[in-house]
Parts: sequence; C-alpha cells; structure tokens
Amino acid sequence: MAIIEIKELTKKFNKLAAVDALNLQIKEGEIFGLLGPNGAGKTTTLLMLTTLIQSTSGTATINNYDIHTQPHNVRKSIGIVFQDPSSDEILTGYENLKLHGWLYDMPDIIREKRIKEVLDLVDLTNRQNDRVKKYSGGMRRRLELARGLMHHPKVLFLDEPTLGLDPQTRGTIWEYIQKLAREKNITIIITTHYMDEADKLCDRLAIIDQGKIVILGSPKKLKKNLGGDIVRLKSTKLNISKLKKLSYVKKISSCNDEICLTIENANKHLQELLNFVGKVDSVEIHSPTLDDVFLHYTGRKIRESAPEGSWADKAMHANIQGGTKR
Amino acid sequence: MSELKGIYALWYREMKVFLRERSRVISSIINPLLWLLIIGGGLGSAVSFGGINYQTFIYPGILLQTALFSSIFFGVYIVWDKKIDFMKEVLVAPMRRTSLFVGKIFGGSTDTLLQILILFLIGFVFINIGLMPGLNLNVLSVAISLIFLLVTTIGLVSIGLIIGSQMESPEGFQLIISFLIFPMFFLSGALFPISNLPAWLAPFIFVNPVSYAVDGVRGALLGFSQFNITLDFGVICLFSIVMILIGTYAFKKMKI
Ligand SMILES: Nc1ncnc2c1ncn2[C@@H]1O[C@H](COP(=O)(O)OP(=O)(O)OP(=O)(O)O)[C@@H](O)[C@H]1O
Ligand SMILES: [Mg+2]
Repeated sequence: MAIIEIKELTKKFNKLAAVDALNLQIKEGEIFGLLGPNGAGKTTTLLMLTTLIQSTSGTATINNYDIHTQPHNVRKSIGIVFQDPSSDEILTGYENLKLHGWLYDMPDIIREKRIKEVLDLVDLTNRQNDRVKKYSGGMRRRLELARGLMHHPKVLFLDEPTLGLDPQTRGTIWEYIQKLAREKNITIIITTHYMDEADKLCDRLAIIDQGKIVILGSPKKLKKNLGGDIVRLKSTKLNISKLKKLSYVKKISSCNDEICLTIENANKHLQELLNFVGKVDSVEIHSPTLDDVFLHYTGRKIRESAPEGSWADKAMHANIQGGTKR
Repeated sequence: MSELKGIYALWYREMKVFLRERSRVISSIINPLLWLLIIGGGLGSAVSFGGINYQTFIYPGILLQTALFSSIFFGVYIVWDKKIDFMKEVLVAPMRRTSLFVGKIFGGSTDTLLQILILFLIGFVFINIGLMPGLNLNVLSVAISLIFLLVTTIGLVSIGLIIGSQMESPEGFQLIISFLIFPMFFLSGALFPISNLPAWLAPFIFVNPVSYAVDGVRGALLGFSQFNITLDFGVICLFSIVMILIGTYAFKKMKI
C-alpha cells in the first residue's frame, strides 16, 4: 500500500492548469524527487498535498487519509519545508523552533532534544538567541530546514530545501535526510533544481512540465533510458533538420548557445558526425547525467532559457515539432 | 491537550511580538494621554456634563477608545502573517482553525488589556495629582470595568480578525478599519452624553455596541449611566458572542 496516492489531482488558476490530472504513488520510506522547470507545478502540488490549497478536481490520500475529507488527519501525518521563508522575524531562531514543537504537540523533553539536534545540524547553535531579522539569507533557509526536520512526521515535504545553501551545509543536510528515510522510515518528497542533489538522494523521481508527469523512474534508470551518450557541439552553421535525419542521432536539444545531441554509441559515430557537421568550435562527449535527462524531457536546460529568436530556440522548436526519433 | 498547547503557542508568540515592538507600547500610552490632556483639558475648560468634570467624563470613553483601536487594529497582524507566510506554518500544523482563532483572540485581548491596565495606572496618578475629580477607582469599580472592557475587547478583536482573515494587503485592512473605528468611536457617547441627541444621530448610537460598553464603564467608574447596566452588559455579551461565531466561520473559510 502506497503512503501517498495521488489520483487525477488538478489545480487550475483561472484557465491555466498548474497541475494537470496528476497520478502518482509513493511508497513508504521512499525519497521521491519532483523535478521540473520553473512554473511546472511542483509547489502547487505540494500545497495541495499539504491541504493548504484546494484542488480543482481529483484527490490524494496521505497515510490513508483523504486530503479533502480528512485534512486534519493529513496534517497530523506530515511536515513541510516551504519554498518561501515562513518563520517569524521578530522571534529568535530558538523561539521559532519552540513554537513549532508546541504546534506539533511534541513532548517537552523530545522537543528540547530535537531543537539541539537540528540547530547543531544546520550550524545555528550559537545564533539561536538572535532574532531571525538579523540572520543572513542562508541562515534563514537553514532555520526553515531545521524546523521542518524537527518533528519527524510520517511524510515530509521539502520544497527546494537546499536553495542557496553552501556546499558543506548541503552535504550534511543530505546525510540527515537519508538518515530520516532509512532509520525512521520517513517518506520524503523533495523538489529541487539541483540535479546532483536529486541524483544522490532520490530513490525515484518524476519530471513534471506544465503540470504533467513527463517521465518517472529511478535516476539510474532514467539516465540509462536516454540510450546513448551526450555530444555537445558548438558551431555557427548547424543544419538541424539534416542532423535529425541521421539514424544514430536520437535527440537534439539546445543548451545555452550550444547544441546537445544524444548519440547512440558515440565513440563509434563521432568521426562520422563531425564530418557531417563540418567545422565546429568545440565538442564534448560525456555519459548521460541527470541534467541530460532533464534537458531531454523538458527540452530546455534548467533555469536558463535561450533568448527569444536565437537559433537555440529554433532548434528547440524543431525538436518539439519533429518529435524524437526512436 | 494538543489544541491547548497550540493556543498557548500562538498566545506566547503574540506576547513576544507585542513586548518587542516598543513603538506600539509607547503609542498606546501617548495617544490616550493626549486625548485626556488636550481634548479633556481643553474642552473641559468650556463644557461639563451633569456637573461632572469633562476630563473625568471622557475617561471611560478613552478606555474604550484604546480597546477599540488596539483590538480592531490587531487584525492587521493576521494579514502580515499571511504576507510573511508564517500563516502557512500555522495552517499546516495539526491544529484546528477554531484554535487558531482562539489563540489570536487571547493574544489580541491580552495586548489590549495590558494597554488598558496602563491607562488605569494613569487614572490613579491623575487622581492623586488632583486631576479628574469624581473619578472613583476602587477594587470593585475597576473590576466591573475590566469585565466590561474584556468582553467588549473580545468582540472587537474578533471584528479585526474577521476583516484581517479576508484581506490580502495591510493597506486595504487599514482603509477598511478606519471606516469602522472612527464612527464607532465618535458615535458611542465616549465624548458626549447620549441624551437629547438629534433624532437622526440617535439610531447610530443605539446600534453601536461600544455605546453600551462606554455606558457600563462610566456607570461603574463615575456612577453616571444612561442605560440600565444590566442592559449594557447583555448587549456587549451578545455582541461578542455573535462576533466570535462569525470569526470562527471566517477562519474556517480563510485562504492563504
Ligand atoms: N496563487 C496563484 N495564482 C495564480 N497562478 C499561480 C498561483 N500559484 C502558482 N501559479 C501558477 O501555477 C504554475 C505553477 O506554479 P508552481 O509554483 O507550482 O511552480 P513550481 O514548479 O513550484 O516552480 P518553481 O520551480 O519556480 O518553484 C505557474 O505557472 C504559476 O504562475
Ligand atoms: Mg516552487
């Protein structure tokens, strides 16, 4: 039995379907990643699952409780770290955590123990008695995280938890998240724009775009599914439509001012490809990463879209219209 | 148990915030002082009602003014909570909306009562330096006044919370409440007796719950009242109960 069961979940803002008939099951103890470009509908999905906004249609159960008919029980089963800061600036870091412990009815001894633990985790112990107003952006983020990790719910939602954190902190957070999942069997749903984070943490992930799941699977499987190596080319005169006719070119997409080709057995076909393309400014081959997977399924590189009307844009278009060769 | 803890948590937060916002505490003292000294002193040199010193006459009115302004204004904090997203943290917690409302009422009422206690202290000082003759502050009169003020405050805090729960911007909130609190203050008999009013004015005063609160407190502190004190108390109780019911409903419907 899945701990989260999402059925045809839909949210419309006016005409725009931010989340479009989403279906998904998440197993207990799993770390599940939700990836997708800005505006894909990740946050909207989490807000519906955490009962903060009403869905337009469809529903979901969490820990066997329906988000519409049993929201109170859903809230008893969950915790969330929001994408936007939500602590009280006038209170100190410690007071914010204490408040959280009270709101979640934690026994005093456990509350104080956990506060120590999470403050230590995010390295805020010696700033705990400062008002949040005086924290830096990253420190606020760490406090939000600490608060979300404090009460050990059955299901924990993390909306871009490590946004803006330094690498050391991200590392310790990852370890802690993994520990929560492995040792406490806490189910974790995480959204992120850091592909390395998704790759390292997630047992499974879904890439969503325009409110719909485009692909679902383990990071390993998704990378393997790309079925080839990635060749990045930089050249001034690329003929996209001719490139598409080559049998070993599986997919063309734009990345910055370069073009990315997914090539079957690149070692073998590289010479042929280069001959075909002619003069190139640069070329680079690597085996697929999650970045490539993301790019492949969403047609653009994360958080970077080419300026309108550039050739990269047209390449993207050609790709969308022509579809992928399989 | 868990609901009580949640209510306590919210109250605790409101207290911390209130005590740390010095400007609010200070203006809550300065403002009524100015009214008492300038309006009370200035007009007092020219008018008196029923043989009562004018400053003394408006003192109960100023107590209610503080209750009115501070209580309704408290609703702005819920708009802020929504804006800074603190509301999300609270709404996603396993606490009933009703408890959230109750926690906010406790918080707002405590804020207001603290300010009112300061005003009572000012009253004592004034009496001792010979101002406000005829003002009778003793344990009983203060206790009765406090009961009146508490019940009224709860209803007024509810009004602020009801409006705040439906608003998205603090500016909008302020605009709306200014249309509410000024008429409620000026049409309450806080500054003048409500006998022999022009006929068009009287109905406004009679439907204003603050009029009954002013009358009750004035009855307790000055021995001068125009309605029956039981009627006064009945009306403000009814007012607060209705506001609590509407507020509970408004909070259930509140969106982030
Ligand atoms: N309150 C709202 N009113 C109107 N439209 C909204 C609202 N909230 C979100 N949207 C729209 O819904 C879509 C999905 O937004 P959402 O915040 O879920 O994206 P996201 O995947 O979390 O993006 P990001 O990576 O930028 O956080 C966007 O097009 C956004 O403009
Ligand atoms: Mg988001």
